[in-house]
Amino acid sequence: MDKIRLRFKKTGRAVYISHLDLMHTLQRGFSRAGYALKYSEGFNPHPQISIALPLSVGASSLCEIMDFRLKEDAELSDMAENLSRVMPEGIEMIEAYEPSRKVSEIKWLHVEGIMEYDERDKAEMCAGLEKFFANDEIVIMKKTKRGVGETDIRPAISSVDFMVSEEGVKVSALISAQEPTLNPELLVDALRQKEPRLCPDFAKFTRIETYDAAGKVFR
Amino acid sequence: MDKRLERILPRVQKPARYTGGEYNQIIKDKNAVDIRLAFCFPDTYEIGMSNLGMSILYHTMNSLDYVWCERVFAPWGDMYEEMKKAQLPLYALESGDSLSDFDAIAFSIGYEMAYTTVLDMLDMSGIPVRCSDRTELLPLVFAGGTAAVNAEPMAAFIDLFIVGEGEEVNNELLALLREAKLGAWSKKQFLAKAAQIEGVYVPSLYNVEYNADGTVSSISAHDGAPEQVTKRIVADLDASPYPTKPIVPSTEVVHDRVALELFRGCVRGCRFCQAGHVYRPIRAKKHETLVRQGIETLKNTGHENVSLLSLSSSDYRELMQLCDGLLEYCEPRSIGLSLPSLRADNFSMDIMHKLQKVRKSGLTFAVEGGSQRLRDAINKNVTEEDLLNTCRLAFEGGWNSVKLYYMLGLPTETDEDIVGIAEMANKVLHCWRTYAKNKNRGVKITISTSCFIPKPHSPFQWEAQISTEEYLRRVNLLRSSITARNVVYNWHDAETSLIEAVLSRGDRRLADVIERVWRMGGRLEAWTDYFTLERWYKAFEETCTDTWFYAQRERSTDEILPWDMIDVGVRRQHLIHEREQCYASALSPDCRKQCSACGAEKLLKGGRCDG
Repeated sequence: MDKIRLRFKKTGRAVYISHLDLMHTLQRGFSRAGYALKYSEGFNPHPQISIALPLSVGASSLCEIMDFRLKEDAELSDMAENLSRVMPEGIEMIEAYEPSRKVSEIKWLHVEGIMEYDERDKAEMCAGLEKFFANDEIVIMKKTKRGVGETDIRPAISSVDFMVSEEGVKVSALISAQEPTLNPELLVDALRQKEPRLCPDFAKFTRIETYDAAGKVFR
Repeated sequence: MDKRLERILPRVQKPARYTGGEYNQIIKDKNAVDIRLAFCFPDTYEIGMSNLGMSILYHTMNSLDYVWCERVFAPWGDMYEEMKKAQLPLYALESGDSLSDFDAIAFSIGYEMAYTTVLDMLDMSGIPVRCSDRTELLPLVFAGGTAAVNAEPMAAFIDLFIVGEGEEVNNELLALLREAKLGAWSKKQFLAKAAQIEGVYVPSLYNVEYNADGTVSSISAHDGAPEQVTKRIVADLDASPYPTKPIVPSTEVVHDRVALELFRGCVRGCRFCQAGHVYRPIRAKKHETLVRQGIETLKNTGHENVSLLSLSSSDYRELMQLCDGLLEYCEPRSIGLSLPSLRADNFSMDIMHKLQKVRKSGLTFAVEGGSQRLRDAINKNVTEEDLLNTCRLAFEGGWNSVKLYYMLGLPTETDEDIVGIAEMANKVLHCWRTYAKNKNRGVKITISTSCFIPKPHSPFQWEAQISTEEYLRRVNLLRSSITARNVVYNWHDAETSLIEAVLSRGDRRLADVIERVWRMGGRLEAWTDYFTLERWYKAFEETCTDTWFYAQRERSTDEILPWDMIDVGVRRQHLIHEREQCYASALSPDCRKQCSACGAEKLLKGGRCDG
């Protein structure tokens, strides 16, 4: 059987499971549901399973994508349901299908977040945030593989909106998923570095949806 | 999730160990149960979730519909600091509720270095650490585990102890607690009733008096408590509950696999070994039961490894059938089977080849003593010939790493015995040179030594521990005797061994020491990251406690020992006889060859010991 793609959610208590632990957790889940993953050949065989765009610990997602192969053919229509039943709290499978596109075609991610301010006025913060992210360039210090360097993160933000909500200021942004990858935490880092008075006391983000370069939903 | 916790978690290492939510966790409606129980393991999540006893009792206690048992572990240092800063109390993983919301708090205490962590976990939820400061019935604080065979050092902090195996007695206790809660009994009333349950030890119902020299002069029970508390056991392990739907951690833990318990007890009777004496009588599971439970658990967890547990797996009568039965399921699925605790003497070629089919790991042998004379004296029935034969088979079979464990400071040990350890390593090396199939990969021989700690209820319970200076002298003697380059030597540090020796044979007066060490910041002390000797020395000094008295003093066999109110089944006379055998360097036959009438069979109440 060819490659299978599974879309799933990672929310609630499961957001603290690291990428590596998640791989292991999913493998065991497949085994519990009675699906035998196909293993790579070679000296140290490991299951052929890959998760697109690894998620940071603490971030939620409604649109995770995982590709894998099985040893034997399996019915896809009830696979998501069978797997969801044996997953830890917070991991929920949405659908399984044979993919027609490569995950490298994912270009944009729609993310939402809440910026929490304990003592400051939300409306004031909201206005400040709008103004700050309206800048044409936002150059911040960022850790890369080659050390710490200056990066302009503005081109990686296609759009960003702010709204006062009950918990704080709600963010909704379309950010670059790969080449370059923009971790939404960098929006907070930018504030910490450039406008500390707008930097929230706490922020959390949720991935909502994946899009291709043309702005169409990626599946 | 608690807002404070949500902010802390992204900042700490491995946050998944603090969230709960794992597959197979048990969730109940807290308003629909009568007893909420916080089952605490005084160490990290990774250690506690690897503990089979914890897993079994989580399920047996949750099998009562009026009880919801949840798990609690001790947070690592970074999380601990964050929780203190955010004033977040220690909470149970399933509900996230603070320990102070629970009716009962139960600890599984397996080793002495966990004592300060027990106090810390209570305090993190604002629960007074001393029994005397908890005057109400609830929360009831009780404990079980190996530490209960000498509960005295913790007697001031724990309302009652479960002595022995908890599968049945825990639930009897919880039934009584429910009755007490619903009937609004006083704590005193409840404890007096609880002491009537076999296997329950209530320290406050025993008066301990001391002689001028510090030894115990009398122990007397009052309010109807029995003079001696007899250990509880589960008679039929095949019929006893085994969790085939255990919790599957979502993050890596130490023993991340299915654990199958072959039997309880040990036929060997090594004289230094507490476990070999306090877990008697010997009760085995049928291999059919184990294969069935193993396969069912693998299906329910998705684990990739199975480990066979016991004190001496080579002594399991049905080992071959068990391995065959499990391999039939495991091999086609690439599931590994590991078999720790094999003895060097009857490690058979067949078993080795069977396991080799799946995965080849290092071999570890507990040799304990460096000469035949010493091994005879401690009744460790392993000969040099056995060991070398086994190593030969292993090297021929492609293994290239051997670990040898020894103890230094055993009764009757001489410098010759110590040099003998290095000589043995040379012989193993020679064996590798002669028989190894593929020498290109090299060989690694590791010698590890720890300092002998005399343990309650073992034949050596009256023995003196050697001083730390003497231990280090012996370590250096061994170091200088090792000449081969392929031999690596690791030694356990002397300081923790001294503290462990003081605590393991301690009495009630040590409560002040433990509390002081904890107040000075002692917690998670089984970890070298957190252990410091200075705190202990300071506490000993402040309380005028003499470590020599507890650790390095040879005790007379007519002395009343602080743990004499606990009966683990083995007769005192048997222990004395075994100790005499040691000084005669005489072996005692193992239980299979000849029953020594140690006394543990009486716990089966007419049943037969499998020794």
